[in-house]
Amino acid sequence: MATIELKHLVKKYGDGFPAVNDVSISVAEGEFLILVGPSGSGKSTLLRMIVGLEDITSGDLLIGGERVNEKAPRGRNLAMVFQNYALYPHLTVFENIAFPLRLAKNKHSEQDVKRMVDDVADLLELREHLQRKPANLSGGQRQRVAMGRAIIRQADAFLFDEPLSNLDAKLRGQMRTEIARLQRRLAITTVYVTHDQTEAMTLGDRVAVLRKGALQQVASPRELYEQPVNLFVAGFIGSPPMNFLPATVAGGRLQLPFVEVALPDSIKGHFKDGELAIVGIRPEYFEDAGLVEPGKKATGVTFAAPVDVTEWLGNEKYAYLPFEPHPDVQRSLEELDRELDGEAMRTQLVVNLDGASKVRQGETAELWFSPEKMHVFDPKTGDNLTRDETKAKEIAEESEQERLRQLENSKGQPVAV
Amino acid sequence: MIVAAQISTRAKTWLGFVSIPIILYTLLPIGWILSLSLKPDADLPDGNYFPVNADFHNYKLILWGSAHTLFDPALFNSVGICLIATFVGVALATTCAYAIARLDFVGKKLILTSALAVAVFPVVSIVTPLFNLWRTVGLYNTWPGLIIPYLSLTLPLAIWTLSAFFRQIPWEMEQAAQVDGATSWQAFRKVVVPLAAPGVFTTAIITFFTVWNDFVYSSSLTSTGGDYISAHGAQTVPAALANFTGSSQFVQPTGAISAAAVIVTIPVVLLVLIFQKRIVSGLTAGAVKG
Repeated sequence: MATIELKHLVKKYGDGFPAVNDVSISVAEGEFLILVGPSGSGKSTLLRMIVGLEDITSGDLLIGGERVNEKAPRGRNLAMVFQNYALYPHLTVFENIAFPLRLAKNKHSEQDVKRMVDDVADLLELREHLQRKPANLSGGQRQRVAMGRAIIRQADAFLFDEPLSNLDAKLRGQMRTEIARLQRRLAITTVYVTHDQTEAMTLGDRVAVLRKGALQQVASPRELYEQPVNLFVAGFIGSPPMNFLPATVAGGRLQLPFVEVALPDSIKGHFKDGELAIVGIRPEYFEDAGLVEPGKKATGVTFAAPVDVTEWLGNEKYAYLPFEPHPDVQRSLEELDRELDGEAMRTQLVVNLDGASKVRQGETAELWFSPEKMHVFDPKTGDNLTRDETKAKEIAEESEQERLRQLENSKGQPVAV
Repeated sequence: MIVAAQISTRAKTWLGFVSIPIILYTLLPIGWILSLSLKPDADLPDGNYFPVNADFHNYKLILWGSAHTLFDPALFNSVGICLIATFVGVALATTCAYAIARLDFVGKKLILTSALAVAVFPVVSIVTPLFNLWRTVGLYNTWPGLIIPYLSLTLPLAIWTLSAFFRQIPWEMEQAAQVDGATSWQAFRKVVVPLAAPGVFTTAIITFFTVWNDFVYSSSLTSTGGDYISAHGAQTVPAALANFTGSSQFVQPTGAISAAAVIVTIPVVLLVLIFQKRIVSGLTAGAVKG
């Protein structure tokens, strides 16, 4: 177990392009940190810099308080699970898992190696596969062998490079839970790279969102969801993604495509009349007006809008409401969508309603939302103007308390079953 | 293997029929040499494909009889020179090809193109200058005098085949080994070499055959087979066969040459049979997703 500190890390390739640009994160002992971002955001490069497979152009990397910039991968005592697992095809599962032990010559006796591999195999339910070759294993089994090889080293930290991207959806869900359980049980510092925001939200104690090599925000999943710092983070976290609506400021009010709301007091000074703003509202913040209790209804605004398509999923119902965007913000919204690996064909409002909602496609629906939960972004910088710092701090403290409590709980439990 | 499983039984039978004439066609001359080597001298021109009075006198002649001073040292030279040239060539080519496949260094392209240029360079054109040079520096008719030019034949070939092979090994495998605590050398020895083994064996066999079959260098840069011990004498079997003479000037040494040809074919056949199982492709299958 160790802390990992990234101080102003920069990675420049031969052409001077910074793949990772001035990233500073500090990972606490036993913490599960997620590096997330769309393709090309530099998250894998950053992970490979931590493990030592990529040189660090500038900045400092500290593991357990010691600067390791110049150390070779083997000197850093980290364990890594590769995207393709990188199992050794000529060795059996047993030898694959034992490989790190065999490299540390004379450190472990043959019985020790046998006992340690058996323990790990039990932990990962690989007992009956120990004598098989990787080629004969299923994807999930290979994944577990790769994890076994990482666990057995008793390394200072685990690094995962998109470990679930080669599995099918069902297995991915199971392995995700398995990784979470394992990390809690071993209470080992973990850095995990993914492009999947669901993995990021469910696994991480904290999530670092990267964009084009630059760190956008590093915070607990809940803070990212509720208090994103900018358009990019807001759009990346959450599924379906946050709706971005162009809004015109007029007389202290915001004119949205379907409705008009009051401009929040905190940002009144930021906009002049006639200026444009981008308003972000998550799909799940909308409700079918007919299902909202009368007492609650007064706290929000109700509006009517034509529904194009609906999708009923049992417990919830998605409704799509197309609108004409303002040409000035359309370009920047399209660019954002491209950056998030999206391919939106049209501008539309997505709302996530209760499964019992009677909203029908092709008809006009009565919808309700609370303006308190909306975010207002500066259309030029993309900054979130309504981010509540005190609230964000509260969330961060709560999450940290929760993490420490979990860590404390896991200490009482035996590591291997 | 997968392809074989997909072929229907009817197609298999059909393919079997087609292959029979091809096998016969290729085996015919080999059978003939075998037959000639077993015939007594008087029967050589009798026109029979199968020998009537088969005996082993030709083999006795070249191994123990009057021709043994010519053949035995040549066989010894052939085996020794080929093994050394193969071993040195493959060892050098392995490290060189690994560097070419994995590292980015100045002159990488130059090495590959010059290797290719050397490989296609006609051997005959450099034999004469080499002959003069070797006589001057004292390498003429010695083992190193043959091994050095043989390396120039085998290295380009080996470098090209091996670097292609190394490129197929996923780099992640080595990186995983390094993260697991291996030095670069350990990663190379414990992960890359075992994975490249089929490629190395294939290359070794090709290299061995190239050297084993060479006639031009051996006939031009050597004069005698030597007597095992002395530094001089490096003639290999293909060149020595040309020096065979009959028992009198009216007798052709056809039988003796045939017997020698059969003997030098045996190691080649053995090599292929031994390494056949090791040349298993698809060893890397399953290492990476799939």
